[in-house]
Amino acid sequence: MSDAERTIAAIFRIELPKLVAGLSRMLRDVGRAEELAQDAMVVALERWPSEGVPDNPGAWLMTTAKRRAIDHLRHGKLAERKHEELGRAAEPEVMRDPDDDIGDDLLRLVFTACHPILSTEARVALTLRLIGGLTTAEIARAFLVPEPTIAQRIVRAKRTLSDAHVPFEVPAAAERAERLASVLEVIYLIFNEGYAATAGDDWMRPELCADAQRLARLLAGLAPNDPEVFGLLALVELQGSRLHARSDATGAPVLLLEQDRSLWDQLMIRRGLHALAHAEQLGGARGTYALQAAIAACHARAHTATETDWPKIAALYAALTQVAPSPIIELNRAVALGMALGPAAGLEVLDALADDPALADYHLLPSVRADLLAKLGRLDEARTELHRAADLATNRAERELLLARARRL
Amino acid sequence: MRFMMIVKPPAYTGTPDPKEMAAMGRYNDELRNAGVLLDLNGLESTDKGAKIKFNGSKRTVIDGPFTEAKEVIGGYWLIEVRSKEEALEWAKRIPFGTEVHPGHEVEVELRQVFDIEQLKRLKQSVQ
Repeated sequence: MSDAERTIAAIFRIELPKLVAGLSRMLRDVGRAEELAQDAMVVALERWPSEGVPDNPGAWLMTTAKRRAIDHLRHGKLAERKHEELGRAAEPEVMRDPDDDIGDDLLRLVFTACHPILSTEARVALTLRLIGGLTTAEIARAFLVPEPTIAQRIVRAKRTLSDAHVPFEVPAAAERAERLASVLEVIYLIFNEGYAATAGDDWMRPELCADAQRLARLLAGLAPNDPEVFGLLALVELQGSRLHARSDATGAPVLLLEQDRSLWDQLMIRRGLHALAHAEQLGGARGTYALQAAIAACHARAHTATETDWPKIAALYAALTQVAPSPIIELNRAVALGMALGPAAGLEVLDALADDPALADYHLLPSVRADLLAKLGRLDEARTELHRAADLATNRAERELLLARARRL
Repeated sequence: MRFMMIVKPPAYTGTPDPKEMAAMGRYNDELRNAGVLLDLNGLESTDKGAKIKFNGSKRTVIDGPFTEAKEVIGGYWLIEVRSKEEALEWAKRIPFGTEVHPGHEVEVELRQVFDIEQLKRLKQSVQ
């Protein structure tokens, strides 16, 4: 890419979400809006390198796209006239300037891109494309899949939304919590894929974490009164604060309690604690994301691993089990109890999980068991569990860490 | 990647103009709403600060105000973006020269924040 192309790509990243949001309001069709935004960008790519980037590139792109949108609507209206279906309802929307209330339109776009009618994969791709402003190539690289796969996924998602006539709106109060959960799930999934990659040789993909954090911050600006939005924001800021401490200089994973805490990002911790306090102020302390953030905050507040408030962490996991029962949370509660009350207490919780089918292939169950067994001096059993865990781990770096632990026992 | 946008404003003019502050607020909101803003701060005039010069074990304190106004820092934004080009694009959108400090030349210095991964490698090599 030339310098000019890189500059234009950066402008597109900033402007695409606003363009698609504004155009979607005019056209009531997110797919068509994205196509028109794309067309305007093609025009910009043809002209800007020779004519120079306009002073207000966002307005230029919007005007160019709007002109095409109006043509598109006129065209559509002619067709409608033939069917004698022309109504006046759509008129005021067309006349309104798409630059107005861009925040409202962006929020509508977020809810549409994360609509439950779409598969999780489709929601993730569409959200990164339309709200994150990433190119299909960037999304493909982040998820280690071929670019045509992502392009296809986005095309199909847009078609699904269009075929189902999904309205371009913020859901009504009755539906809002459920729909918001779908949005938060998508953002957290993106974060987690960056935080502990499920495939490939790299344990983490920090850029993907940064993209998820950017989405969470953007959403917090759009929905300042939804406590769970701030719970999620707190969670991704706090977990993100440890990103650089989670691997050593060679890329090998470093466990939480062994991390160099001077590498924890104090700015992110401050931002995370601030977001958590805001979630709690809004009455959201018992939300699933806020509770997980509160746990992350316990770690963030401890200057050394020995200062960690394990009883509080165990209590927070217990609260989490109540609002969102899951064997994984029980597994974490076992770890916290093991630290707070001793390995035997942790093992007791784990034993109750031994036959849970949800954990049958989960490498962290034998890994945690091994840790507790080793503390009780049952080294042979611990070693067996570590080998089991290594067999189950899908990530190479993690597998090597487990085998190294077995060798050290 | 993180960038700091460091402001070197024209000579300190006293209390900021409410209209200019509003324009600045709109720009800050734009950064915040895009999810790129991590931190920002404005700095007091130099008469409330000091300079500390280090020479061996000797420390010399020079109280403000400082006369060479050109290099005085007025404040900063810390942003997280995907590329240097994106950081430049955000920097170009600061309303200096138009709505804020109209008729004055303002300089903004864009600097990339040191990558912690590099720091880690350095730390490791020292150990």
